Parts: sequence; C-alpha cells; structure tokens
Amino acid sequence: MHIAREWRVRRQRYRLVGEVCDQCGRTLFPPRDTCPHCTEPAQTVQTLSGRGEVFSFSTMYDAPEGFEEYVPYTVALIELEEGPMVTAQLTDVRPEEVRIGMPVEMVTRKLRDEGPEGQILYGYKFRPRVRES
Amino acid sequence: MREVAVIGIGQTPVGEHWERSLRHLAHDAVKAALQDAGVERPDALYVGNMLSGELTGQEHLGALIADFVGLRGIEAVKIEAACGSGAAAFRIGYMAVAGGLHDVVVVVGVEKMTDSPSEVITSALAMAADQEYEAGQGISFVALNALLMRRYMHEFDIPHDAFSGFAINAHRNAAGNPNAMFQRPVTLEAYRQAPMIADPISLLDSSPICDGAAAVVLAPTDSEIARQARQRHGIARVIASAVATDSVAIHDRRDPLFLEAVALSSYKAYEQAQVQPSDIHLFELHDAFSITAVLSLEAAGFARRGKGTLLAMDGEISIEGRIPVSTMGGLKARGHPVGATGIYQIVEVVQQLTGRAGPNQVQHAGIGMAQNVGGSGATVITHILEAAD
Ligand SMILES: [Zn+2]
Repeated sequence: MHIAREWRVRRQRYRLVGEVCDQCGRTLFPPRDTCPHCTEPAQTVQTLSGRGEVFSFSTMYDAPEGFEEYVPYTVALIELEEGPMVTAQLTDVRPEEVRIGMPVEMVTRKLRDEGPEGQILYGYKFRPRVRES
Repeated sequence: MREVAVIGIGQTPVGEHWERSLRHLAHDAVKAALQDAGVERPDALYVGNMLSGELTGQEHLGALIADFVGLRGIEAVKIEAACGSGAAAFRIGYMAVAGGLHDVVVVVGVEKMTDSPSEVITSALAMAADQEYEAGQGISFVALNALLMRRYMHEFDIPHDAFSGFAINAHRNAAGNPNAMFQRPVTLEAYRQAPMIADPISLLDSSPICDGAAAVVLAPTDSEIARQARQRHGIARVIASAVATDSVAIHDRRDPLFLEAVALSSYKAYEQAQVQPSDIHLFELHDAFSITAVLSLEAAGFARRGKGTLLAMDGEISIEGRIPVSTMGGLKARGHPVGATGIYQIVEVVQQLTGRAGPNQVQHAGIGMAQNVGGSGATVITHILEAAD
C-alpha cells in the first residue's frame, strides 16, 4: 500500500473537495489545477455537496485484488449537482434496485483494508438519497 | 519522409501458453517475421507490451528480447500505451523508417497474461484506467466499459441482443484462423446464456485473457529488400499513421458515449491517406468489448450515433459485407493479449492485402485499416495500409 499516495488524496476521498475554474466557472472534480475546458489555471477550492444522480451503473462479479470479499458489488458513474462526474461504488442498496437517474448522496465508508498488517482505507461511496434538500 | 511498407509478418497462435515464456513467444514471432521479410539483422527492435512488469516482474524488454532473438547490440526499447501498446510500438518503428533514421526495423507485440491468478490480472488491467479515481474505487476495466454499455442501451433504447452480432461475427471468422484462440462459432442462444462478468457485459461481450506475440518488419517501399519481398509474397504500404488521446478517466469525458480520440485519430488518418470511410475494404477495430466495437464504428464514421449495432445485425460487418471487421476473429475470438493486439491487427491487415488470409480472404481487399485502443478510448492509434501491387 502506498501510504503517501493515499494521504495526498484524503481531502477528495473524505469531503469531495474540488476546484472552480476562475475563467469559465466550471467546477472540477477531482481537482486538477489546469482546467480541461479552457486550459486556464483553476485553483479556487470548493467542497462539493455530495448530491447527484446515477448516470450509469454496473454490478461486478469479478473483482480486482483486495476487493474479492465484496463481490458482487455495484459501481456507478454519478453526475454531481455541481456538474462533474465521479466514479464510485454504490452502498446501502440492492443491485436490482439501482436505476439510471436515481438521486444519490455521498457517504464515507470503508473502501478496502490491507489485511491484518495493513491500513484501512476510507473514502466516498454513494447511497440512495434519504434526505431531500 | 520516405514511404514505408510492411515487408514481413509473423505471429504465434493466441492462447494459454503454459510451456512458453514471454521471451519465447516474442522470439517465435520475431523469427517468423524476419524470415518472411528475408532479413537477417534489422537496425532496431521495438517492443509493444503493457503488463510484463506487473505480471512477470520483468521490465527492460527491449534489451531482453533483442538478446534472446540473436540481435544483441542493436537499438531496442519497450513502448507502453496500455492495450494500445502494440500499435504505439508500430508507430515508433514507422517514424524511424519514414524519417530515415533506420532502413529496416522489426516491431514485436508480446503479452504473457495466463501465468497469473485472475484477480491479479484484473488489477493489472485496471492500470489502464485512472489509478486514484477509478481503479482505487474497486472498479475493474470490464466494469468501466459496462458503464458505457449500460448508458448506451439506455440512451438509444438498444436491447442486449442487439450486440450479439459482434460476437457471432468474430467467432465465425476465428474458425478460419489457425492462430485464433476460439476456433468455433457461437450462436445467438449461447450469447443470451453467457454468464455476466460486469452487468451488462457478459463473457461473450468480452475478449479473453490470453498469451501471444506478433511481429512485423518495416522498410522503405522502394528499397531492394522490399522489392524482393514484394516479388515473393506481396507487401503493404503504410499510407496513414495517426494517434490521438482523450482523458484517461471516463468521468472526465465531455460525452462518455462519443469516443473523441477515435474520431480524431481516424479522421487524421483518412486525411493522410486521402480516403473516406467508404474506401476502406476491411477494418480491424478494437473489439475488446462489443460496446467498444459499436462506439468505434460510430466515431470512425461507419455508422451514425446510436446506430452502430445495426451494422452487425444487417451482416454488413461480415467478410462479404460492406465493412468487414475482425476478419481473423478480432480481439473477441482471435484473442486479446493486450500489448500484442495492435501488431496482430496489422499482421492481419497485411494478410488480407497480400492475399494470404486463407478462407477468410476479403475479395479485392486493397485498403485496410487497423485501430488499436489504449484504455477506454484514451489512446487511439490508427493505421491505414494499402496493397502494393
Ligand atoms: Zn475553465
């Protein structure tokens, strides 16, 4: 496990911290310093609301290393209210209940652990929205 | 720039090579291509490979393979662009010969995947995606493509059955290719019953894990060595070579259902070759998944958006059709040894253009296109070749 690498993205993983482009006004997640839309610098930090909709989803039956115990699990592209799209696992929902367009919200969950000696990694997942806002 | 031709080809069968290592597979393909070209000692060797470091702990393939095939001393490096590594290596070889830096170059694509357990291969393939924001979420490379397929089915109201034509066509063609992994046809019934890997991608929407190596020899079309190869078995001139990129992560795309890098690289290639899509006699496209085949056909100008599956249902992609694809089985049925695939595609286009495709020969094949995709459309490398007769 690459501890420094995971530590560097902690603000994105725990709080969905992105950036706003000062030039074209678009919100970027993950933050990337140079806006891909207008190629101007984008450095104004913005924490995203965590609310969005399911753009697409898939239930996985074969997992990468470290995720085998969770199979089957559902992953999705979420279109966030502020505009950007994010790739994440869905949680607290049965695969057959997931629909394109379903309103979802971000929660913090365990992503994986590295066995008895390793660290436990937390991050964002999305669940069906329980509170309207 | 000098005009460049493929003057020799070689390939190993694709499959599970328990008894052969990566270096042995590369050896067999390189030796076959050099012999086909009538070349003893090329000026350089370029190796296309994606996963050797991750799966076998072996990098530094340039020197390793050069030495192992008896070319100790020559220039040799490995080139990586995920599943597009093969065509990326071909392009480097092409640039070296076209630019006059070398007169004869051999390019080999090689991959050894089946020695590793499946979850290790799944993790390794996910390196083609964004490590921090895609793979880190536990998503596999198959599932990323499944997200595209699900959205495509939703937006264009396409049923799963509509994709079956790609698997059926690929398997039918592979039956006529002695180097293909699956030399047996499949039926619509089998397609419907195939188990899901990442819903809605089933086993028959997906290319297999496998091993293989393919190689080509490049030289200036007007060289003496090319003239001799032309007399023996024909050669194919490279009339376009183009690369384009897009975001690695699907969630960073403007429109995930339009493969912009496919469009960019295809149209750049059409312009170089002075052709239209309707002039192409066969298209070795990147059918790693049936959805990739559909999105590629649309972005490369062979079908309107949302209509790509119709080509497979109307028989237009078969050997006798308007635009034959996967003529030797494609990634789906010939097999997809990732870093080798781009070279298999070019070898197969050359087989077609020189009349060496056996029972799968496309009649009057004069112009062929090969398109190799790295990641889910992030690196797209297009080559167009023409028969030199
Ligand atoms: Zn901007």
